[in-house]
Amino acid sequence: MLEHINTSLIDWSRAQFALTAIYHWIFVPLTLGLAVIMGIMETMYYRTGDEFWKRTAKFWMKLFGINFAVGVATGLILEFEFGTNWSNYSWFVGDIFGAPLAIEGILAFFMEATFIAVMFFGWDKVSRKFHLASTWLTGLGATISAWWILVANAWMQNPVGMEFNPDTVRNEMVDFWAVALSPTAVNKFFHTVLSGWVLGAVFVVGVACWFLLKKRDKKFALSSIKIAAWVGLVSAVLSAWTGDGSGYQVAQTQPMKLAAMEGYYEGQQGAGLVAIGMLNPEKKTYDDGQAPFLFRMEIPKMLSLLAERKMDAFVPGITDLLEGGYELKDGTKALSAEEKIERGKTAIAALAAYRDAKLAGNEEDAKIAAKTLKENVAYFGYGYIKDVNDLVPNVPLTFYAFRVMVMLGGYFILFFIVILFLVYKRDLSKMKWMHWVALLTIPLGYLAGQAGWVVAECGRQPWAIQDMLPVNAAISKLDVGSVQTTFFIFLVLFTIMLIAEIGILLKAIKKGPENN
Amino acid sequence: MSYVFLQQYWWFVVSLLGALLVFLLFVQGGNSLIFCLGKTEEHRKMMVNSTGRKWEFTFTTLVTFGGAFFASFPLFYSTSFGGAYWLWMIILFSFVLQAVSYEFQSKAGNLLGKNTYRTFLVINGVVGPVLLGGAVATFFTGSEFYINKASMTNTVMPVISHWANGWHGLDALANPWNVVLGLAVFFLARILGALYFINNIDDKDLVARSRRSLIGNSVLFLVFFLSFVIRTLLADGYAVNPETGEIFMEPYKYLTNFIEMPVVLVLFLIGVVLVLWGIGKSLLKPKFDKGIWFTGIGTVLAVLALLLVAGYNHTAYYPSTNDLQSSLTLANSCSSEFTLRVMFYVSFLVPFVLAYIFYAWRSIDIHKINEKEMKDGGHSY
Repeated sequence: MLEHINTSLIDWSRAQFALTAIYHWIFVPLTLGLAVIMGIMETMYYRTGDEFWKRTAKFWMKLFGINFAVGVATGLILEFEFGTNWSNYSWFVGDIFGAPLAIEGILAFFMEATFIAVMFFGWDKVSRKFHLASTWLTGLGATISAWWILVANAWMQNPVGMEFNPDTVRNEMVDFWAVALSPTAVNKFFHTVLSGWVLGAVFVVGVACWFLLKKRDKKFALSSIKIAAWVGLVSAVLSAWTGDGSGYQVAQTQPMKLAAMEGYYEGQQGAGLVAIGMLNPEKKTYDDGQAPFLFRMEIPKMLSLLAERKMDAFVPGITDLLEGGYELKDGTKALSAEEKIERGKTAIAALAAYRDAKLAGNEEDAKIAAKTLKENVAYFGYGYIKDVNDLVPNVPLTFYAFRVMVMLGGYFILFFIVILFLVYKRDLSKMKWMHWVALLTIPLGYLAGQAGWVVAECGRQPWAIQDMLPVNAAISKLDVGSVQTTFFIFLVLFTIMLIAEIGILLKAIKKGPENN
Repeated sequence: MSYVFLQQYWWFVVSLLGALLVFLLFVQGGNSLIFCLGKTEEHRKMMVNSTGRKWEFTFTTLVTFGGAFFASFPLFYSTSFGGAYWLWMIILFSFVLQAVSYEFQSKAGNLLGKNTYRTFLVINGVVGPVLLGGAVATFFTGSEFYINKASMTNTVMPVISHWANGWHGLDALANPWNVVLGLAVFFLARILGALYFINNIDDKDLVARSRRSLIGNSVLFLVFFLSFVIRTLLADGYAVNPETGEIFMEPYKYLTNFIEMPVVLVLFLIGVVLVLWGIGKSLLKPKFDKGIWFTGIGTVLAVLALLLVAGYNHTAYYPSTNDLQSSLTLANSCSSEFTLRVMFYVSFLVPFVLAYIFYAWRSIDIHKINEKEMKDGGHSY
């Protein structure tokens, strides 16, 4: 009987990884954002010697500590899930992907682990200067950690700096700096970390406004708001800028993802960006004749500008990407998906022929097979694709998630401007409506971050690594039941941890800075 | 720097991280003693706070161990984690429970109550060392898997490594020798935990209890550890023909490795002596509180030597009992020469990391934990 990969296993493995990543990203951005804000507060304490700043910094540190542990726990699971659930992936690209993870451990985790202990337990044991350095180094450790994990993720979106080795049947790194400093990685790092700072700022402003709402700890609340709102405004503006950079990178390296983000099927010159739109739920495949939208409002030429930095540039849509035939930048004609799949199969067959020839000691045949493989290796991953429609990610999910992220990003800029205006030019402490707005903005901060990751990860499907390895070839061979069981164990465990964390945070916040 | 040198170098680094991890399991060992030694709430609080200031090092070392293994020997990562799924998952679950338990246990609104979180710490304290020890034992006893890299050319079933039974790692516990090493690691972790309390807590009664606990744990550790070592030295091992890469069974392979690598043998013997010295002196001298450093360094040396014996001298470090030729060796499972070289340069940063860990550790531990500190209202668990 012919063995095959169970599609249910792929779905459950993806679900488990997504679950872990979603929970991880609930905790990590707050860690990144709070680290900066409490670092600034402790710096104020260091410079002024005012005990008020020490109490203020310690209050936010307490919340940081409660949040930190769950981020660490979910991060551990994520790292090992590459092996447990994606074992083929681990071999096929481990030569490149493993290095950033190892460097993250050596450079970042130890820094975090070491200095967080000093930050919490060292107040009366080390000098003020060393303590301040420890607080910043804890945040720096978290940020360096983000750098390397985002390098790894960026490489999955835009694999560079490697070559396929038919002898070892895997991709191998040939240019470390191309991996570590790829434009995708640089953009992703700044965009993601800045979004974490935005969340930290939203969180601090929201919690501080709760104190104003309760007419408590006014000086503490207003001081916290001033620092957080500045951090938030600067990072939200920079986040929008780096978001534009990310969009450009996506257009260059993942045009299908961009097309899904826009619900964009028929390519054109001077393409518009959908400002508001509702997708047609009846549209199932690119060639079913259904209109993609029930309605939409476009910003003319904006998609061309975003994708190619030219108002009249051609941007391929889903149909173009699948049917090919349009002119590429180098003047050649784009291949259709069918042609790519054929070339992928040719590459895989050439690999098999190469191995057989090597085994038989036939160097001449091996050389011919290696040449064929090299000519087609760029399409290697397409050889595992069964249907061209599998190459299209979930359009509604990607489209709406993208809009949620962008709209909330715009909202945060406005939110911080208003908060800063009110805190400096009006008496924010008396504006109940704004306190409520700030409180209700906290969940929106989380929603924006999650939506961003949905765009990045779901928009990449069906690829585990863009064009190189689809998820169905990246998997571990396990019983579906095992993965289902661990999925539900994680779901229960993480949910309990989240509920407990929220409970503890609420109690700690209620206690306030004076009683912590 | 040849490719072979880099492979050996990275096996050394991974082995060292593994050895440091076993030493840092004093956190788990200490936690397994919470309810045994802590007869009052004050005692338990001091114990939790003592290990609680170090748990992140254990956790980070585990993560770095995983990352370094992934970067240097990705086929192990792929085969072992993807195959022995349940063994690793249970280990991870227990560490997840631990990660939150410190911070959450004493906080109002923690949903589950203090004792539940402390029970989580105990679960991690038992499950973590036993299963990690069991997993390491499979480096000598083998596992049931097979690997076929040519599967990548099968578009219907491209997975290259398969576990040969449906137990996915739990089968390791069916081999009594894996359990024996797991128990040895568990009792060693408890010894290290007790020695750490002696060094780190300023409480006469608790320190006396910790000293007494050394006796039983040491006897059990020695029984299990010596049984495993003697059995391993006398058993057939998994050897590799360096010319052909063929793997074959060789009588007394691990004993031969020790004999043919005298430096490793000396490391091992020094390690064992230091372990016993730290325990013995702590038992005999009531004022001696540095046992953790002797036994800790001894642990690192002994475990390092055992792991070197598992991988060096043409030995398959992750043997397959199902298909001998699928066994993992340094050569057939490692990363490319380029990646190992890049990582070689990165590893130069390790001494700096160790230096600031040492400095920060000293700064925090300059005074022992005592009841007064617990009541002073500073940050505590």
